[in-house]
Amino acid sequence: MASESSQHEGHPEVGHVVPVRILFVTGMGLLALTLLTVWAASFDFGNLNIWIALAIAVVKGTLVVMFFMHLLYDRPFHGIVFVSSLAFVALFISFALTDTFEYAGDLDPGDAPKVVEKLNVLGE
Amino acid sequence: MTTIDTTKPTPGAETPPVDNYLTHSTGIMSWLGTLDHKRIGVMYLVSILTAFFLGGMFAMLLRLELMFPGEQILSQDQYNMAFTLHGVIMVFLVIIPSVPASLGNFVLPIMLGAKDVAFPRLNLFSYYLWVTGAVLAVSSIFFGGVDTGWTLYVPYSTSGTQMNGILLVTFAVFVLGFSSIFTGINFIVTIHRLRPPGMTWFRMPLFLWAIYATGILQVMATPVIGITVALLAVERLFGIGIFDPALGGDPVLFQHFFWFYSHPAVYIMILPGMGIISELISVHSHKHIFGYKFIAFSSVAIAIFSFIVWGHHMFLSGQSPLMNVVFSAITFSVAIPSAVKVFNWLATLYKGSISFNTPMLYALSFLVLFTISGLTGLHLGTLATDIHLHDTYFVVAHFHYTMMGGALIAMIGGIHHWWPKITGRMYSEFLGRIACGLIFIGFNLTFFTQFMLGSKGMPRRYHDYAGDNWNPTVTELFGKYHFWSSIGSFVMAAGFFLIAFYLLHSLFRGKKAPANPWGGRSLEWQCASPPPHDNFSEPPHVGDPYDFTVLEWDEQEQGYHWRHDLKHEPGEA
Amino acid sequence: MTTTASTTHDHPDFLAHHWDTPKQQFEAGKLGMWLFLATEVLLFGGLFVGYAVWRGNHPELFKFGSQYLDTTMGAINTVVLILSSLTMAWAVTCAQRGNRKGLIIGLLLTLAGAGGFLGIKYFEYSHKFNEGWFPGAYFYDKPSDRSHTWDDNLPVPGAGQLVVPVPDTEARSIEELGLPADILVELSTVVPPGQGPSGLEELALTDTVHTDDHAEHEMHALQREDRPANAHMFFNIYFMMTGLHGLHVLGGVGVMIWLLIGAVKGRFNEKYFTPVDLGGLYWHIVDLIWIFLFPLFYLI
Ligand SMILES: [Cu+2]
Repeated sequence: MASESSQHEGHPEVGHVVPVRILFVTGMGLLALTLLTVWAASFDFGNLNIWIALAIAVVKGTLVVMFFMHLLYDRPFHGIVFVSSLAFVALFISFALTDTFEYAGDLDPGDAPKVVEKLNVLGE
Repeated sequence: MTTIDTTKPTPGAETPPVDNYLTHSTGIMSWLGTLDHKRIGVMYLVSILTAFFLGGMFAMLLRLELMFPGEQILSQDQYNMAFTLHGVIMVFLVIIPSVPASLGNFVLPIMLGAKDVAFPRLNLFSYYLWVTGAVLAVSSIFFGGVDTGWTLYVPYSTSGTQMNGILLVTFAVFVLGFSSIFTGINFIVTIHRLRPPGMTWFRMPLFLWAIYATGILQVMATPVIGITVALLAVERLFGIGIFDPALGGDPVLFQHFFWFYSHPAVYIMILPGMGIISELISVHSHKHIFGYKFIAFSSVAIAIFSFIVWGHHMFLSGQSPLMNVVFSAITFSVAIPSAVKVFNWLATLYKGSISFNTPMLYALSFLVLFTISGLTGLHLGTLATDIHLHDTYFVVAHFHYTMMGGALIAMIGGIHHWWPKITGRMYSEFLGRIACGLIFIGFNLTFFTQFMLGSKGMPRRYHDYAGDNWNPTVTELFGKYHFWSSIGSFVMAAGFFLIAFYLLHSLFRGKKAPANPWGGRSLEWQCASPPPHDNFSEPPHVGDPYDFTVLEWDEQEQGYHWRHDLKHEPGEA
Repeated sequence: MTTTASTTHDHPDFLAHHWDTPKQQFEAGKLGMWLFLATEVLLFGGLFVGYAVWRGNHPELFKFGSQYLDTTMGAINTVVLILSSLTMAWAVTCAQRGNRKGLIIGLLLTLAGAGGFLGIKYFEYSHKFNEGWFPGAYFYDKPSDRSHTWDDNLPVPGAGQLVVPVPDTEARSIEELGLPADILVELSTVVPPGQGPSGLEELALTDTVHTDDHAEHEMHALQREDRPANAHMFFNIYFMMTGLHGLHVLGGVGVMIWLLIGAVKGRFNEKYFTPVDLGGLYWHIVDLIWIFLFPLFYLI
């Protein structure tokens, strides 16, 4: 990093150079958010737990994508590609989960048959 | 490098092609290690047609077995393996890669006026992935075989005895999936980054729009089948209870996973076919395509819609009633963009000066067969009727009308359309029309009877049935229908062998093809037949790909060329 | 068209013949990589769907199972991976500026991070294997002697209590068994209700154990009174997701070594750094996935 001052200045022919300072700030932000999410997990917010954890993860992910992966400075189409991949995953999860919750009430409680077999063996 | 051809020049050709991609370099390694998209396309074409032959042979075995009641030539286990391998080969080895990998590879860069696809090495790599997948899938028959059907449903695939066969097929599907993904990435990037100046998005041939929409599906859907078969392999190897309810797993989840890919996969199969049909109908009726933007956007709309209808394969597999209703409703909406295409094609035909060339006959066959497939899809998408028709021959007939009557017929039409470009030879138009007729008649005989079989209640994947072919009672018509279905399949096979004969014959004895035998306006008709190694000796005229007024027929050349009184086409930059 | 290229030689060595300009080639590589990243998102997306469905059905499994993951180790790994992402991004900046030394150092640091991550993962995995916390039915085998928490004197709740013959295990649905649904429930219930763990109602019990009884926490998962039914399923999804992620880290190590060789040979400069850029994108997506895996497994 010391030799940074001797670098070529100016815009490159292709791509976008993200200054080391911004990268460093981003990295520190990510570490701080990691600390935050671990700290937040020590409290019990009930059903909100997972949403808080996911919200922090989304913020962290956005930082990685925007600065480390240069998406902030990149062609918007690359962002569209990436966001649509997330959208398809969201679609997949929401449909599958809706279906799951619909038959959640029909689930058999207790260990599954093969688990029972194994436990019986263990008990002998 | 280039050798000057000193033999007598082809009569009529203005500039006799001295060096083309076929003669550019020689030796087996110049093919196996080639980075030329045209050669890779040809290798794909040969390989896929070989796989098609193999899959077709399994189909013939099945039809022979079912021709009469009782056991004919296959035992029950052999029958199960035969229909599984027929399905795996036809779906994963033939139809999914068919059009994009073979014809797409050949014409896509040329249509763009480019020298090659964006990533030629990746292109070759995905070909070898295909070969690996093909070897793995076919070799499964020597390691115990697979009898689950191509859907690999659990618990059949996790509890049966055919351990090695299942593993080989899952691995094959995984590898083939990545072959498909890389093809998709390659084509999307090529279309984005290698369009020549002047070719805006709306000046692309519709085939490219279709390939682009297919690329979206390949990139966004295929990874899910990758993870599905990976989980299946783990489940099969260690039995850890991912899908096995006896260990707390969720078998319905497998079907969600499988169909999240496999419904879009239907459109990976049919969209490129639709793209071909747009080209064929416009070129062979010498009329500007009707509703260009509607056809273009309907491809993308179909691609997006196809991600949210997968549950229509699961109406009777334990999916919740709520999701059944949702999926059924969305399924009907897919009919809209599909119908938009069909109506635009019909409008293109209207008052066109139609040449009934062989490719055009396939395009017209496609219109009929695809319409039947779409309309019978509505019966299956309707919840109430699906309860009756589920897992019967009605389903078999429906998806054969889609995949074979749609995707494969379009591909064969495309092969006939671009054959002169690929090989530089003309085939026998007379035999071509006869073969198309045989296939059309044979196809409908084979599969329309199966609609009737299904609605009478014949379940799919059964080795045997009750019935008497010669004295059918009212309830036992199965024998009669199966008999005629088998006869139809033999007629169809005869048609395919006829095609193989005259196409091979044309390679040696065919007339030399002109650059533009049909009067196409897209860029691939502006380079020589076969194209030179770098595709274009001079930059092609970019313009409206369906503006046929700039072309005129040259009797001597037996082809079309640029009108002499037009130096540049109107509106060209 | 390019301002810097000499007029005689418009086509530098790294530019493939079918491209007109380096910019065109670079942009194509970028777009291709982003599309590939989209496939990675969907590959893991499938597993996230599995996670959502299982957690939706059985939240108690995740509550229970995550107690057996070491949050400290997970947090350290998160930090390691974030730092390696930072050094990778720094390496890309160096490559773009033609700073070869910085590029090599950045790649080496990234490689060290990847190695550190895999090392910690190795300790985590081997600890679980020693304790016998495998996915699937192996979870219910007696663990090896290396287990620290297994106590031979303690009973395994639920074990050996049930001698109800399990019906044909190949028959997997109520229809196949030909039985009414409520009979199946009886057959598969291990412990009579109220006596042992069975499903959603037991959440409250798990909570109290988690917070106030430290001794319980040190017990082997199988010997805990509050083991929820089918506890192995947490480890199924845990090993699937972290395993696939680990394979991607391993792949990243390969990419890093390849880039390092190229950097040492001086293949990259301020005009041509596409492979470094793309390798960096891959490495960041691996980091990104871990950012989600960490709270979803360790912080429940
Ligand atoms: Cu479907």
